[in-house]
Amino acid sequence: MISAEWPAELARARLHVVTGKGGTGKTTAAAALALALAVGGRRTLLVEVEARQGIAQLFDQPPLPYEEKRIAVAPGGGELRALAIDPDAALMEYLAMFYNLGFAGRTLRRMGAIEFATTLAPGLRDVLLTGKVKECVGRTDSTGRHVYDAVVLDAPPTGRIVRFLDVTKAMADLAKVGPIRSQSEGVVRLLHSEDTVVHLVTLLEDLPVQETLDAVTELDAADLRPGAVIRNRVRPSRLAGRALTAAAAGRVDEERIRAGLAEAGLDLKPDVVDGLVAETVAHATRAKVQAAALTRLDEAGLPSLELPELTGGVDLGGLYELVEALTAQGVR
Amino acid sequence: MNARRPPQLDLDELVGDPGTRVIVCCGSGGVGKTTTAAALALRAADQGRCAAVLTIDPARRLAQSLGLRELGNHPHRVATGDGPGSGELHAMMLDMRRTFDEMVYAHTSQERAAQILANPFYQTISSSFSGTQEYMAMEKLGQLVAAGRWDLIVVDTPPSRSALDFLDAPQRMASFLDGRTIRLLSAPARAGGRGFRKLATAGFGLFAKAVSTIIGGQLLKDAAAFVQAFDTMFGGFRERAKATYELLRADGTAFVVVASPEPDALREAAYFVDRLATEGMPLAGLVVNRTHPVLADLPAPRALAAAEALEGNRATPLAAAVLRLHADRVEIAERERRLLARFCGAHPAVPVVGVPALPGDVYDLDSLREIGRRLTGS
Repeated sequence: MISAEWPAELARARLHVVTGKGGTGKTTAAAALALALAVGGRRTLLVEVEARQGIAQLFDQPPLPYEEKRIAVAPGGGELRALAIDPDAALMEYLAMFYNLGFAGRTLRRMGAIEFATTLAPGLRDVLLTGKVKECVGRTDSTGRHVYDAVVLDAPPTGRIVRFLDVTKAMADLAKVGPIRSQSEGVVRLLHSEDTVVHLVTLLEDLPVQETLDAVTELDAADLRPGAVIRNRVRPSRLAGRALTAAAAGRVDEERIRAGLAEAGLDLKPDVVDGLVAETVAHATRAKVQAAALTRLDEAGLPSLELPELTGGVDLGGLYELVEALTAQGVR
Repeated sequence: MNARRPPQLDLDELVGDPGTRVIVCCGSGGVGKTTTAAALALRAADQGRCAAVLTIDPARRLAQSLGLRELGNHPHRVATGDGPGSGELHAMMLDMRRTFDEMVYAHTSQERAAQILANPFYQTISSSFSGTQEYMAMEKLGQLVAAGRWDLIVVDTPPSRSALDFLDAPQRMASFLDGRTIRLLSAPARAGGRGFRKLATAGFGLFAKAVSTIIGGQLLKDAAAFVQAFDTMFGGFRERAKATYELLRADGTAFVVVASPEPDALREAAYFVDRLATEGMPLAGLVVNRTHPVLADLPAPRALAAAEALEGNRATPLAAAVLRLHADRVEIAERERRLLARFCGAHPAVPVVGVPALPGDVYDLDSLREIGRRLTGS
């Protein structure tokens, strides 16, 4: 099944980077996507890199260690694993591949030497994080099959995403030879290949939409591939066409409401009716803002997915509702 | 249930109190810190105070309405129109690089400063070190207070990964620049390995070699030169960082923690509140932005039952829609109340104010004033 919301080139991707303005629900969207991609017996990995432990909180688990851990089961069979990458540990892991540091490694870590090295060359931190992600994407089992059908990365927010993914630029800071250099060349190849797409999570509001559009331009300029726009927390509009426009302009036909309420056997005090009218105006104004944001978002010309507002909040049950919504839009 | 309500945060009293000299707005990203800071400063100006707001990274249109597109790393006056009071509002946007440059010039000779500014390592540190923005925000706040030109300064905090970075970053940065590690690591680059013997274990030597393979000898050389040039300034820097830190604990400073009614934002807010208590820093209270209080006293089940009854009645679609959107709103308000109750249960003494959401975006002085009214419950 090919859908306009989830075209074949997105279904083919193996690394799904999820970014978005702060507060737009990036982690929730990334988790829902990772679960949706695991539906029907596949195995996916959800990765976080900002030491927030957002995944653990979302799945109501103790903080994740630096190892891949099974965290949920997808509808129809399928497994979701999660990994919180710690840059310090990733650097130690790299160094251990090439130098035998032994106990000194741990001592150095305590002294803050790792933080020092990653501070001295800020690009190094990002190279280490994306390097670990690449390793997970490319890992195969003894039969040569990929261990993960897809990897979903809960990435830094839109403001920092291009710097984070632009490993080539980061490498300009670093040594011209050596193990990390050759490793990072592989990362560059992966990130700029058809295997990688960058999804943008947004709310249907002015600022997040503006940031999304800016990020698309920046991604294009850096030769990174934007994937889908994920519109999060979309609220249904209860009012139709003309009534919506009128209410957004502050015009609500109070008489008609009163008549309808009486019809339903509700006899409400004037202040309650006033309250209903005020709620209606607020609802309509917000619906108009949503509609305008949607129109602007279409400028980006990207496939787009929609996640409904969970009025009860995001818990595990809610998360599976979002997975269902994604599956219904063709995500697989 | 009323007994469990948190104390009300009175922000009009806070901004109107001449004893309040500094208000720090902090919280996680995307919760409306900048808007809150600007609205509080405007409210103070409208009450007759001479207020300055230091913003870090304002949204474009808000920046325009505050006239922040102009260059200059100093506050300038904002025309607030026919505000009710006779105060002044000044606004600025932090220029991190220029603040750092000015700090260097203030602490060393012209010649030396030029040398430091030209060092490639300085360029990294002053533009992309993870704590620089926080450090510079604090430095600028210290300067504004020292200038004595304003009787209230409201400061927005950087969009940190975590709200706590704001308190830790200056310290981390100072200890980083001052640290032993940088000397140890840069020693081989400087002295070709001699002089390193005494200091390092074999493991460290190996590590230094590994690090230099990764980040390159040139970078280490630059770092070493930078640290040497900086040596004379460390004392002054540390003094200043300490003074600013003390300023944050002084009478006249108040922290306003900002959150949205979302689990993540409230969790960050809770960490921050606890941390302020540990540091002995004065917390004014919690602002919960963009709430959706119920405006009509009608239980959701009754509204839904009535909407149900009207279903199929073609004469009354508007009433049915209104009843349904009311039920949605009750559910959202209920959820927000539960989330806030969790916070208040753990922090019963923290004063709280909810700020009902504006249906549209905030980008001009009128909507800032409206936010100000909502912040102060008027």
